Amino acid sequence: MIRLELEYFAQMKEIAEKSKEVIHTDLKKAEDLYLELKERYNFPFKGSRLRVAVNGDFVPWDYQLKNGDHVVFIPPVTGG
Amino acid sequence: MSFNVFSFPVDLNQLREELRLAEAGGFCSFEGWVRNHNEGHAVSGLEYEAYELLAQKEGERILEEARGRFEINHAVAMHRTGFLKIGDVAVWIGVSAPHRDAAFQACRYIIDEIKRRVPVWKKEHYVDGRAEWVACHHCENGAHHL
Repeated sequence: MIRLELEYFAQMKEIAEKSKEVIHTDLKKAEDLYLELKERYNFPFKGSRLRVAVNGDFVPWDYQLKNGDHVVFIPPVTGG
Repeated sequence: MSFNVFSFPVDLNQLREELRLAEAGGFCSFEGWVRNHNEGHAVSGLEYEAYELLAQKEGERILEEARGRFEINHAVAMHRTGFLKIGDVAVWIGVSAPHRDAAFQACRYIIDEIKRRVPVWKKEHYVDGRAEWVACHHCENGAHHL
């Protein structure tokens, strides 16, 4: 099991009803983690609509999660 | 090059002064304002949220890219977070360059890339009391899938 810190923003924060959580998981791929969270919280976004950031940088969806990683799934941005 | 996310109003003249360089022949800026309507709905204000750490890094990357692509002297940009009223400046970009073409082009590049890539989200508050996160208008092309 690895320990991950998750942070949520915008719609995802409202849907999850939290901005942060710590989880322990056997999942290793960022993509698989999103699918599990999507199921748990009923997030409306397909993975293909999101980006993922680990420890403050964008990473590819096949990124291998490590113990202690800080993970943020980034909903479609709407700044400007 | 400097990009910043501010949770409070900033002095835009001060940002502009950063771009005043002896070698610059001109300056071009873009301001994004909060308008009172969107897609047929009367809007009372906008609420912006950012993933600040990454917004800052991605914003800086965009300014560096602009410097690499266009003959400019300097570029400065800021994005606001928090609750903004109609007419408030949500985003500001300034570019100084020896010649005008590069200033216009870089300014356009920077605002387009900010809207496409920087992790900032807006929630529209409507006059009738409802509020909704704005849907992404540029995702159909798969821009968000690495």
